[in-house]
Amino acid sequence: MAGQTQEELLRFDGVTIRFDDQVAVNNVSFSVTPGQTRVLLGAAGAGKTTLLKAAIGLLPVNEGTVSLFGQDITGLSEKELFELRRRVGVLFQEGGLFDSLTVEQNVAYPLVNRKKKIGAELVHQKVKDALSFVELTHTLEKFPNELSGGMRRRVGIARAVVTEPPLVLYDSPTAGLDPITANTIMTLVAKERDTQQTANLIVTHRYQDGEIMANFSYNSKREGLEPSNLAAGGSANAAKSQTIFMVMNAGRLCFEGSQAELEASKDEYVSKFVLRRR
Amino acid sequence: MLDFLKSPIVAVQDFYILTGRALANVVRPPHYADDIAIQMDSIGVGSLMIVMLTSFASGLIITMQMARALQEYGATDQVGQIVALTLVRELGPLLTAIVVAGRNASGIASELGSMKVTEQIDAMRALGTDPIQKLVTPRMIATAIMLPVLTVVADFVGMIGGFIIAYFTIGLSPTQYWKTAYTALQYNDIVQGLMKPFMFGFVISLVGCFYGLRTTGGTQGVGRATTEAVVVGMVWVFILTSLITRVFVNLH
Repeated sequence: MAGQTQEELLRFDGVTIRFDDQVAVNNVSFSVTPGQTRVLLGAAGAGKTTLLKAAIGLLPVNEGTVSLFGQDITGLSEKELFELRRRVGVLFQEGGLFDSLTVEQNVAYPLVNRKKKIGAELVHQKVKDALSFVELTHTLEKFPNELSGGMRRRVGIARAVVTEPPLVLYDSPTAGLDPITANTIMTLVAKERDTQQTANLIVTHRYQDGEIMANFSYNSKREGLEPSNLAAGGSANAAKSQTIFMVMNAGRLCFEGSQAELEASKDEYVSKFVLRRR
Repeated sequence: MLDFLKSPIVAVQDFYILTGRALANVVRPPHYADDIAIQMDSIGVGSLMIVMLTSFASGLIITMQMARALQEYGATDQVGQIVALTLVRELGPLLTAIVVAGRNASGIASELGSMKVTEQIDAMRALGTDPIQKLVTPRMIATAIMLPVLTVVADFVGMIGGFIIAYFTIGLSPTQYWKTAYTALQYNDIVQGLMKPFMFGFVISLVGCFYGLRTTGGTQGVGRATTEAVVVGMVWVFILTSLITRVFVNLH
Protein backbone atom coordinates (compact mmCIF):
# COMPACT_ATOMS: atom_id res chain seq x y z
CA MET A 1 0.00 0.00 0.00
CA ALA A 2 1.39 3.32 -1.03
CA GLY A 3 1.88 5.76 1.82
CA GLN A 4 0.95 3.23 4.49
CA THR A 5 3.16 2.76 7.50
CA GLN A 6 3.41 -0.59 9.26
CA GLU A 7 2.26 1.11 12.45
CA GLU A 8 -1.27 1.66 11.19
CA LEU A 9 -3.86 -0.69 12.63
CA LEU A 10 -6.70 0.53 10.45
CA ARG A 11 -6.63 2.62 7.31
CA PHE A 12 -9.39 3.96 5.08
CA ASP A 13 -8.22 5.13 1.67
CA GLY A 14 -10.78 6.97 -0.47
CA VAL A 15 -13.58 4.66 0.68
CA THR A 16 -17.02 5.01 -0.87
CA ILE A 17 -19.96 2.80 0.06
CA ARG A 18 -23.29 2.86 -1.77
CA PHE A 19 -26.63 1.24 -1.08
CA ASP A 20 -28.34 1.09 -4.47
CA ASP A 21 -28.19 4.72 -5.62
CA GLN A 22 -27.62 6.20 -2.16
CA VAL A 23 -24.07 7.10 -1.10
CA ALA A 24 -23.65 6.21 2.59
CA VAL A 25 -19.89 6.85 2.83
CA ASN A 26 -18.25 9.23 0.39
CA ASN A 27 -14.50 9.18 -0.31
CA VAL A 28 -13.39 8.80 3.31
CA SER A 29 -9.71 8.52 4.25
CA PHE A 30 -8.11 8.26 7.70
CA SER A 31 -6.00 5.88 9.74
CA VAL A 32 -5.79 4.63 13.31
CA THR A 33 -2.36 4.06 14.86
CA PRO A 34 -1.51 2.12 18.05
CA GLY A 35 -2.58 3.89 21.23
CA GLN A 36 -4.65 6.40 19.29
CA THR A 37 -8.32 7.15 19.93
CA ARG A 38 -10.44 8.42 17.06
CA VAL A 39 -13.82 9.87 17.95
CA LEU A 40 -16.18 9.98 14.99
CA LEU A 41 -19.04 12.43 15.54
CA GLY A 42 -22.07 12.75 13.33
CA ALA A 43 -25.83 13.01 13.33
CA ALA A 44 -28.06 9.96 12.83
CA GLY A 45 -27.82 8.74 9.24
CA ALA A 46 -24.44 10.40 8.61
CA GLY A 47 -22.86 7.03 7.74
CA LYS A 48 -20.96 6.42 10.99
CA THR A 49 -22.14 2.86 11.62
CA THR A 50 -21.69 1.96 7.94
CA LEU A 51 -18.09 3.17 8.15
CA LEU A 52 -17.48 1.19 11.33
CA LYS A 53 -18.89 -1.98 9.81
CA ALA A 54 -16.78 -1.51 6.70
CA ALA A 55 -13.69 -1.31 8.93
CA ILE A 56 -13.93 -5.05 9.61
CA GLY A 57 -15.42 -6.05 6.28
CA LEU A 58 -19.01 -6.51 7.48
CA LEU A 59 -20.08 -4.29 4.59
CA PRO A 60 -18.46 -4.31 1.14
CA VAL A 61 -16.70 -1.23 -0.15
CA ASN A 62 -17.57 0.13 -3.63
CA GLU A 63 -14.49 2.30 -4.10
CA GLY A 64 -11.19 2.72 -2.27
CA THR A 65 -9.50 0.34 0.14
CA VAL A 66 -9.73 -0.58 3.81
CA SER A 67 -6.61 -2.01 5.45
CA LEU A 68 -6.64 -3.83 8.76
CA PHE A 69 -3.31 -4.54 10.47
CA GLY A 70 -1.58 -3.61 7.23
CA GLN A 71 -3.61 -6.01 5.09
CA ASP A 72 -5.99 -4.81 2.41
CA ILE A 73 -9.32 -6.43 3.30
CA THR A 74 -11.41 -5.17 0.41
CA GLY A 75 -10.78 -8.26 -1.71
CA LEU A 76 -10.76 -10.85 1.06
CA SER A 77 -13.34 -13.62 1.36
CA GLU A 78 -15.49 -13.92 4.47
CA LYS A 79 -13.39 -16.87 5.63
CA GLU A 80 -10.14 -14.95 5.29
CA LEU A 81 -11.68 -12.03 7.17
CA PHE A 82 -12.57 -14.16 10.20
CA GLU A 83 -8.94 -14.41 11.33
CA LEU A 84 -8.40 -10.64 11.07
CA ARG A 85 -11.71 -9.82 12.76
CA ARG A 86 -10.75 -11.96 15.75
CA ARG A 87 -8.00 -9.41 16.45
CA VAL A 88 -10.50 -6.55 16.68
CA GLY A 89 -12.92 -5.95 19.54
CA VAL A 90 -16.32 -4.59 18.55
CA LEU A 91 -19.10 -3.15 20.67
CA PHE A 92 -22.34 -2.92 18.71
CA GLN A 93 -24.95 -0.22 19.24
CA GLU A 94 -27.26 -2.27 21.44
CA GLY A 95 -24.47 -4.55 22.65
CA GLY A 96 -25.15 -7.21 19.99
CA LEU A 97 -25.36 -9.90 22.68
CA PHE A 98 -26.71 -13.33 21.78
CA ASP A 99 -30.17 -13.62 23.37
CA SER A 100 -30.06 -17.38 23.72
CA LEU A 101 -26.72 -17.45 25.55
CA THR A 102 -25.96 -16.51 29.16
CA VAL A 103 -23.66 -13.61 29.96
CA GLU A 104 -20.84 -16.09 30.63
CA GLN A 105 -21.40 -17.84 27.28
CA ASN A 106 -21.60 -14.49 25.49
CA VAL A 107 -18.29 -13.26 26.89
CA ALA A 108 -16.68 -16.68 26.36
CA TYR A 109 -17.85 -16.78 22.72
CA PRO A 110 -14.74 -15.15 21.15
CA LEU A 111 -12.49 -17.46 23.18
CA VAL A 112 -14.38 -20.67 22.47
CA ASN A 113 -14.89 -20.02 18.76
CA ARG A 114 -11.32 -19.48 17.72
CA LYS A 115 -8.96 -21.85 15.96
CA LYS A 116 -6.49 -22.19 18.84
CA LYS A 117 -8.59 -23.85 21.51
CA ILE A 118 -7.92 -23.05 25.14
CA GLY A 119 -8.95 -25.04 28.21
CA ALA A 120 -12.34 -24.55 29.85
CA GLU A 121 -10.69 -23.43 33.11
CA LEU A 122 -8.73 -20.71 31.36
CA VAL A 123 -11.81 -19.60 29.42
CA HIS A 124 -13.78 -19.34 32.67
CA GLN A 125 -10.98 -17.34 34.31
CA LYS A 126 -10.67 -14.94 31.37
CA VAL A 127 -14.46 -14.45 31.32
CA LYS A 128 -14.46 -13.69 35.04
CA ASP A 129 -11.60 -11.22 34.55
CA ALA A 130 -13.40 -9.49 31.69
CA LEU A 131 -16.63 -9.26 33.68
CA SER A 132 -14.73 -8.04 36.71
CA PHE A 133 -13.28 -5.32 34.44
CA VAL A 134 -16.81 -4.08 33.78
CA GLU A 135 -17.88 -4.83 37.37
CA LEU A 136 -20.49 -7.41 36.44
CA THR A 137 -19.14 -10.69 37.85
CA HIS A 138 -22.49 -11.36 39.53
CA THR A 139 -24.28 -11.67 36.17
CA LEU A 140 -22.52 -14.81 34.88
CA GLU A 141 -25.64 -16.97 34.79
CA LYS A 142 -28.05 -14.27 33.64
CA PHE A 143 -29.45 -13.90 30.13
CA PRO A 144 -29.15 -10.56 28.26
CA ASN A 145 -32.88 -9.86 28.53
CA GLU A 146 -32.54 -9.92 32.34
CA LEU A 147 -30.08 -7.01 32.22
CA SER A 148 -30.61 -3.26 31.92
CA GLY A 149 -29.49 -1.39 28.78
CA GLY A 150 -26.34 -0.13 30.50
CA MET A 151 -25.47 -3.58 31.82
CA ARG A 152 -25.91 -5.09 28.35
CA ARG A 153 -23.53 -2.45 27.00
CA ARG A 154 -21.01 -3.33 29.74
CA VAL A 155 -21.25 -7.04 28.94
CA GLY A 156 -20.72 -6.06 25.28
CA ILE A 157 -17.53 -4.26 26.31
CA ALA A 158 -16.40 -7.33 28.28
CA ARG A 159 -16.95 -9.50 25.20
CA ALA A 160 -15.12 -7.01 22.98
CA VAL A 161 -12.02 -6.90 25.18
CA VAL A 162 -11.86 -10.49 26.50
CA THR A 163 -9.35 -11.47 23.80
CA GLU A 164 -7.20 -8.40 24.58
CA PRO A 165 -7.38 -6.98 21.05
CA PRO A 166 -5.05 -4.13 20.02
CA LEU A 167 -7.94 -2.28 18.35
CA VAL A 168 -11.48 -1.80 19.68
CA LEU A 169 -14.39 -0.34 17.71
CA TYR A 170 -17.31 1.18 19.62
CA ASP A 171 -20.60 1.86 17.83
CA SER A 172 -22.51 4.53 19.76
CA PRO A 173 -21.54 3.14 23.18
CA THR A 174 -23.71 5.66 25.04
CA ALA A 175 -26.71 5.90 22.71
CA GLY A 176 -30.01 5.78 24.55
CA LEU A 177 -28.45 5.73 28.01
CA ASP A 178 -29.01 8.15 30.89
CA PRO A 179 -26.08 10.53 31.58
CA ILE A 180 -24.86 8.62 34.65
CA THR A 181 -24.81 5.26 32.87
CA ALA A 182 -23.27 6.91 29.79
CA ASN A 183 -20.42 8.23 31.97
CA THR A 184 -19.95 4.75 33.47
CA ILE A 185 -19.63 3.31 29.96
CA MET A 186 -17.13 5.98 28.89
CA THR A 187 -15.14 5.36 32.09
CA LEU A 188 -14.84 1.72 31.03
CA VAL A 189 -13.78 2.71 27.52
CA ALA A 190 -11.06 5.00 28.96
CA LYS A 191 -10.09 2.27 31.45
CA GLU A 192 -9.60 -0.21 28.61
CA ARG A 193 -7.53 2.34 26.69
CA ASP A 194 -5.31 3.25 29.66
CA THR A 195 -4.83 -0.20 31.17
CA GLN A 196 -4.44 -2.20 27.94
CA GLN A 197 -3.08 0.57 25.66
CA THR A 198 -5.62 -0.26 22.97
CA ALA A 199 -6.36 1.90 19.96
CA ASN A 200 -10.01 2.92 19.65
CA LEU A 201 -12.46 4.07 17.02
CA ILE A 202 -15.50 5.49 18.80
CA VAL A 203 -18.56 6.32 16.77
CA THR A 204 -20.92 8.60 18.66
CA HIS A 205 -23.22 11.59 18.38
CA ARG A 206 -22.29 12.86 21.86
CA TYR A 207 -19.45 15.35 22.04
CA GLN A 208 -19.12 14.57 25.77
CA ASP A 209 -17.91 11.04 24.94
CA GLY A 210 -14.97 12.46 22.99
CA GLU A 211 -14.34 15.07 25.65
CA ILE A 212 -13.96 12.36 28.30
CA MET A 213 -11.53 10.44 26.10
CA ALA A 214 -9.47 13.55 25.35
CA ASN A 215 -9.33 15.06 28.84
CA PHE A 216 -9.57 12.23 31.33
CA SER A 217 -7.42 9.25 32.21
CA TYR A 218 -8.19 6.19 34.28
CA ASN A 219 -6.53 6.05 37.66
CA SER A 220 -6.20 2.37 38.65
CA LYS A 221 -5.49 3.19 42.30
CA ARG A 222 -8.54 5.40 42.75
CA GLU A 223 -10.52 3.21 40.31
CA GLY A 224 -11.97 6.18 38.50
CA LEU A 225 -11.35 8.91 35.96
CA GLU A 226 -9.32 11.99 36.71
CA PRO A 227 -8.35 14.95 34.54
CA SER A 228 -5.35 14.02 32.43
CA ASN A 229 -3.35 17.03 33.63
CA LEU A 230 -3.57 15.69 37.20
CA ALA A 231 -2.60 12.16 36.29
CA ALA A 232 0.79 10.96 37.44
CA GLY A 233 3.46 10.46 34.78
CA GLY A 234 3.56 11.66 31.22
CA SER A 235 1.70 8.74 29.68
CA ALA A 236 -1.67 9.85 30.93
CA ASN A 237 -1.17 13.28 29.40
CA ALA A 238 -0.88 11.57 26.07
CA ALA A 239 -4.67 11.10 26.13
CA LYS A 240 -5.27 14.57 24.74
CA SER A 241 -2.73 14.43 21.93
CA GLN A 242 -3.70 10.85 21.07
CA THR A 243 -7.40 11.67 20.77
CA ILE A 244 -8.43 12.84 17.32
CA PHE A 245 -11.91 14.04 16.48
CA MET A 246 -13.59 13.47 13.14
CA VAL A 247 -16.98 14.76 12.07
CA MET A 248 -19.09 13.09 9.42
CA ASN A 249 -21.89 14.72 7.48
CA ALA A 250 -23.94 12.96 4.78
CA GLY A 251 -21.24 10.34 4.27
CA ARG A 252 -18.34 12.79 4.04
CA LEU A 253 -15.64 13.49 6.61
CA CYS A 254 -15.96 17.23 7.07
CA PHE A 255 -13.53 17.63 9.96
CA GLU A 256 -10.45 15.89 11.34
CA GLY A 257 -8.33 17.34 14.13
CA SER A 258 -7.77 17.89 17.83
CA GLN A 259 -10.35 18.95 20.38
CA ALA A 260 -9.02 22.54 20.30
CA GLU A 261 -9.35 22.64 16.50
CA LEU A 262 -12.85 21.19 16.73
CA GLU A 263 -13.93 23.82 19.23
CA ALA A 264 -12.40 26.55 17.09
CA SER A 265 -14.05 25.32 13.88
CA LYS A 266 -16.22 27.87 12.08
CA ASP A 267 -18.02 25.19 10.06
CA GLU A 268 -21.72 25.45 10.80
CA TYR A 269 -22.32 21.68 11.01
CA VAL A 270 -19.15 20.94 12.98
CA SER A 271 -19.73 23.68 15.52
CA LYS A 272 -23.22 22.34 16.26
CA PHE A 273 -21.70 19.41 18.14
CA VAL A 274 -19.55 21.68 20.29
CA LEU A 275 -22.00 24.53 20.73
CA ARG A 276 -24.60 22.18 22.11
CA ARG A 277 -22.13 21.38 24.87
CA ARG A 278 -21.39 25.02 25.78
CA MET B 1 -37.24 -0.95 -18.34
CA LEU B 2 -36.73 -4.37 -16.81
CA ASP B 3 -35.80 -2.96 -13.41
CA PHE B 4 -38.76 -4.70 -11.78
CA LEU B 5 -37.07 -8.04 -12.54
CA LYS B 6 -33.87 -7.08 -10.75
CA SER B 7 -35.10 -7.69 -7.21
CA PRO B 8 -36.59 -11.19 -7.75
CA ILE B 9 -33.56 -12.29 -9.81
CA VAL B 10 -31.18 -11.09 -7.09
CA ALA B 11 -33.32 -12.87 -4.48
CA VAL B 12 -33.16 -16.17 -6.43
CA GLN B 13 -29.41 -15.73 -6.87
CA ASP B 14 -28.99 -15.06 -3.12
CA PHE B 15 -31.07 -18.12 -2.30
CA TYR B 16 -28.86 -20.33 -4.47
CA ILE B 17 -25.71 -18.87 -2.93
CA LEU B 18 -27.10 -19.56 0.57
CA THR B 19 -28.08 -23.10 -0.45
CA GLY B 20 -24.64 -23.76 -1.96
CA ARG B 21 -22.79 -22.49 1.09
CA ALA B 22 -25.08 -24.35 3.51
CA LEU B 23 -24.55 -27.61 1.60
CA ALA B 24 -20.77 -27.10 1.33
CA ASN B 25 -20.63 -26.56 5.09
CA VAL B 26 -21.99 -30.08 5.68
CA VAL B 27 -18.52 -31.46 4.92
CA ARG B 28 -16.48 -28.40 5.92
CA PRO B 29 -15.35 -27.88 9.53
CA PRO B 30 -16.17 -26.59 12.09
CA HIS B 31 -19.24 -28.74 12.74
CA TYR B 32 -21.73 -27.66 15.36
CA ALA B 33 -23.08 -31.02 16.56
CA ASP B 34 -24.69 -29.45 19.65
CA ASP B 35 -26.66 -27.03 17.51
CA ILE B 36 -27.82 -29.87 15.22
CA ALA B 37 -29.02 -31.85 18.27
CA ILE B 38 -30.86 -28.81 19.68
CA GLN B 39 -32.56 -28.17 16.34
CA MET B 40 -33.47 -31.86 15.94
CA ASP B 41 -35.14 -31.69 19.33
CA SER B 42 -36.93 -28.44 18.49
CA ILE B 43 -38.06 -29.50 15.02
CA GLY B 44 -38.58 -33.24 15.61
CA VAL B 45 -39.76 -33.66 19.18
CA GLY B 46 -41.35 -30.21 19.23
CA SER B 47 -43.52 -30.96 16.19
CA LEU B 48 -44.38 -34.55 17.14
CA MET B 49 -47.72 -33.96 18.86
CA ILE B 50 -49.20 -31.67 16.22
CA VAL B 51 -47.97 -33.98 13.41
CA MET B 52 -49.53 -37.00 15.15
CA LEU B 53 -52.80 -35.17 15.70
CA THR B 54 -52.98 -34.04 12.07
CA SER B 55 -52.21 -37.45 10.63
CA PHE B 56 -54.52 -39.25 13.06
CA ALA B 57 -57.39 -37.01 12.02
CA SER B 58 -56.49 -37.51 8.35
CA GLY B 59 -56.54 -41.31 8.78
CA LEU B 60 -59.97 -41.12 10.40
CA ILE B 61 -61.41 -38.87 7.71
CA ILE B 62 -59.95 -40.79 4.74
CA THR B 63 -61.34 -44.05 6.11
CA MET B 64 -64.79 -42.59 6.79
CA GLN B 65 -65.06 -41.05 3.32
CA MET B 66 -63.56 -44.00 1.45
CA ALA B 67 -65.72 -46.50 3.30
CA ARG B 68 -68.82 -44.72 1.98
CA ALA B 69 -67.52 -44.75 -1.58
CA LEU B 70 -66.30 -48.34 -1.43
CA GLN B 71 -69.59 -49.53 0.07
CA GLU B 72 -71.29 -48.92 -3.29
CA TYR B 73 -68.94 -51.47 -4.90
CA GLY B 74 -69.03 -53.86 -1.93
CA ALA B 75 -65.30 -53.32 -1.42
CA THR B 76 -65.10 -51.82 2.07
CA ASP B 77 -62.60 -54.53 3.03
CA GLN B 78 -60.09 -52.75 0.76
CA VAL B 79 -60.15 -49.53 2.80
CA GLY B 80 -56.82 -50.36 4.49
CA GLN B 81 -55.13 -50.42 1.10
CA ILE B 82 -56.44 -46.95 0.17
CA VAL B 83 -55.52 -45.43 3.53
CA ALA B 84 -51.98 -46.87 3.34
CA LEU B 85 -51.36 -45.74 -0.23
CA THR B 86 -52.81 -42.26 0.28
CA LEU B 87 -50.90 -41.64 3.48
CA VAL B 88 -47.54 -43.13 2.55
CA ARG B 89 -47.36 -41.74 -0.98
CA GLU B 90 -48.94 -38.32 -0.61
CA LEU B 91 -50.77 -37.12 2.45
CA GLY B 92 -48.29 -38.25 5.11
CA PRO B 93 -45.32 -36.34 3.62
CA LEU B 94 -47.48 -33.40 2.51
CA LEU B 95 -49.37 -32.82 5.75
CA THR B 96 -46.23 -33.28 7.84
CA ALA B 97 -44.37 -30.81 5.63
CA ILE B 98 -47.18 -28.26 5.89
CA VAL B 99 -47.28 -28.56 9.66
CA VAL B 100 -43.47 -28.27 9.91
CA ALA B 101 -43.42 -25.38 7.43
CA GLY B 102 -46.03 -23.54 9.50
CA ARG B 103 -44.35 -24.30 12.78
CA ASN B 104 -40.63 -24.34 11.98
CA ALA B 105 -40.09 -22.22 8.87
CA SER B 106 -41.82 -19.43 10.77
CA GLY B 107 -39.80 -20.18 13.91
CA ILE B 108 -36.52 -20.20 12.00
CA ALA B 109 -37.35 -17.00 10.09
CA SER B 110 -38.43 -15.11 13.20
CA GLU B 111 -35.44 -16.28 15.26
CA LEU B 112 -32.88 -15.42 12.58
CA GLY B 113 -34.79 -12.25 11.67
CA SER B 114 -34.67 -11.04 15.27
CA MET B 115 -30.96 -11.82 15.39
CA LYS B 116 -30.46 -9.86 12.18
CA VAL B 117 -32.27 -6.70 13.30
CA THR B 118 -30.56 -6.71 16.72
CA GLU B 119 -27.12 -6.99 15.06
CA GLN B 120 -26.49 -10.46 16.50
CA ILE B 121 -25.67 -11.77 13.01
CA ASP B 122 -23.15 -8.94 12.52
CA ALA B 123 -21.74 -9.66 15.99
CA MET B 124 -21.34 -13.31 15.05
CA ARG B 125 -19.45 -12.37 11.90
CA ALA B 126 -17.36 -9.84 13.82
CA LEU B 127 -16.44 -12.54 16.33
CA GLY B 128 -15.13 -14.77 13.55
CA THR B 129 -18.05 -17.19 13.14
CA ASP B 130 -19.78 -17.93 9.85
CA PRO B 131 -23.54 -17.46 10.50
CA ILE B 132 -24.35 -19.90 7.69
CA GLN B 133 -22.16 -22.57 9.30
CA LYS B 134 -23.45 -21.86 12.80
CA LEU B 135 -27.13 -21.15 12.12
CA VAL B 136 -28.21 -22.36 8.67
CA THR B 137 -26.41 -25.69 8.21
CA PRO B 138 -27.50 -27.18 11.58
CA ARG B 139 -31.14 -26.22 10.89
CA MET B 140 -30.95 -27.67 7.38
CA ILE B 141 -29.42 -30.97 8.55
CA ALA B 142 -31.84 -31.26 11.48
CA THR B 143 -34.93 -30.64 9.33
CA ALA B 144 -33.76 -32.98 6.55
CA ILE B 145 -33.27 -35.76 9.13
CA MET B 146 -36.33 -35.15 11.28
CA LEU B 147 -38.94 -34.58 8.57
CA PRO B 148 -38.69 -38.17 7.17
CA VAL B 149 -38.77 -39.50 10.75
CA LEU B 150 -41.87 -37.42 11.52
CA THR B 151 -43.43 -38.60 8.26
CA VAL B 152 -42.95 -42.27 9.17
CA VAL B 153 -44.61 -41.59 12.53
CA ALA B 154 -47.38 -39.62 10.78
CA ASP B 155 -48.02 -42.48 8.31
CA PHE B 156 -48.28 -45.01 11.11
CA VAL B 157 -50.49 -42.86 13.34
CA GLY B 158 -52.71 -42.05 10.34
CA MET B 159 -53.14 -45.77 9.65
CA ILE B 160 -54.05 -46.32 13.30
CA GLY B 161 -56.70 -43.61 12.90
CA GLY B 162 -57.99 -45.42 9.84
CA PHE B 163 -57.98 -48.72 11.69
CA ILE B 164 -60.11 -47.32 14.53
CA ILE B 165 -62.85 -46.35 12.05
CA ALA B 166 -62.43 -49.57 10.06
CA TYR B 167 -62.73 -51.73 13.19
CA PHE B 168 -65.40 -49.91 15.17
CA THR B 169 -67.58 -48.43 12.39
CA ILE B 170 -67.14 -50.66 9.36
CA GLY B 171 -66.53 -53.82 11.31
CA LEU B 172 -63.34 -54.96 9.59
CA SER B 173 -61.11 -57.35 11.48
CA PRO B 174 -57.59 -56.17 12.38
CA THR B 175 -56.11 -58.79 10.03
CA GLN B 176 -58.23 -57.61 7.11
CA TYR B 177 -57.29 -53.99 7.60
CA TRP B 178 -53.56 -54.35 8.30
CA LYS B 179 -52.98 -57.12 5.70
CA THR B 180 -54.51 -55.09 2.86
CA ALA B 181 -52.63 -52.01 4.04
CA TYR B 182 -49.32 -53.88 4.20
CA THR B 183 -49.62 -55.74 0.89
CA ALA B 184 -50.69 -52.59 -0.98
CA LEU B 185 -47.39 -50.89 -0.29
CA GLN B 186 -44.53 -51.46 -2.69
CA TYR B 187 -40.87 -50.53 -2.47
CA ASN B 188 -41.54 -47.64 -4.86
CA ASP B 189 -44.11 -46.14 -2.46
CA ILE B 190 -41.77 -46.29 0.51
CA VAL B 191 -38.97 -44.59 -1.46
CA GLN B 192 -41.34 -41.91 -2.68
CA GLY B 193 -42.77 -41.44 0.80
CA LEU B 194 -39.32 -40.92 2.31
CA MET B 195 -37.71 -38.97 -0.50
CA LYS B 196 -40.38 -36.29 -0.42
CA PRO B 197 -39.95 -35.29 3.23
CA PHE B 198 -36.18 -35.40 2.82
CA MET B 199 -36.42 -32.84 -0.01
CA PHE B 200 -39.09 -30.83 1.81
CA GLY B 201 -36.78 -30.66 4.84
CA PHE B 202 -34.10 -28.89 2.83
CA VAL B 203 -36.54 -26.46 1.22
CA ILE B 204 -38.47 -25.57 4.39
CA SER B 205 -35.35 -24.93 6.47
CA LEU B 206 -33.49 -23.03 3.75
CA VAL B 207 -36.49 -20.84 2.95
CA GLY B 208 -36.91 -20.06 6.66
CA CYS B 209 -33.20 -19.21 7.01
CA PHE B 210 -33.16 -17.19 3.79
CA TYR B 211 -36.04 -14.93 4.79
CA GLY B 212 -34.71 -14.65 8.34
CA LEU B 213 -31.23 -13.58 7.24
CA ARG B 214 -32.50 -10.95 4.80
CA THR B 215 -34.83 -9.34 7.35
CA THR B 216 -34.75 -5.56 7.45
CA GLY B 217 -36.92 -2.97 9.15
CA GLY B 218 -37.12 -3.92 12.81
CA THR B 219 -39.93 -5.93 14.40
CA GLN B 220 -42.27 -5.25 11.48
CA GLY B 221 -39.63 -6.74 9.19
CA VAL B 222 -39.44 -9.85 11.38
CA GLY B 223 -43.19 -10.35 11.06
CA ARG B 224 -43.02 -9.89 7.29
CA ALA B 225 -40.10 -12.33 6.96
CA THR B 226 -41.98 -14.93 9.03
CA THR B 227 -45.09 -14.73 6.86
CA GLU B 228 -43.08 -14.85 3.63
CA ALA B 229 -41.11 -17.88 4.85
CA VAL B 230 -44.28 -19.87 5.59
CA VAL B 231 -46.03 -18.93 2.33
CA VAL B 232 -43.00 -19.52 0.09
CA GLY B 233 -42.08 -22.71 2.01
CA MET B 234 -45.57 -24.15 1.46
CA VAL B 235 -45.66 -23.15 -2.22
CA TRP B 236 -42.36 -24.96 -2.75
CA VAL B 237 -43.67 -28.02 -0.92
CA PHE B 238 -46.65 -28.16 -3.31
CA ILE B 239 -44.42 -27.68 -6.36
CA LEU B 240 -41.96 -30.34 -5.22
CA THR B 241 -44.61 -32.89 -4.30
CA SER B 242 -46.15 -32.52 -7.76
CA LEU B 243 -42.78 -32.93 -9.47
CA ILE B 244 -41.68 -35.94 -7.42
CA THR B 245 -45.05 -37.64 -7.81
CA ARG B 246 -44.86 -37.07 -11.56
CA VAL B 247 -41.41 -38.67 -11.70
CA PHE B 248 -42.55 -41.72 -9.73
CA VAL B 249 -45.74 -42.10 -11.76
CA ASN B 250 -43.61 -42.15 -14.92
CA LEU B 251 -41.19 -44.65 -13.35
CA HIS B 252 -44.08 -46.90 -12.45
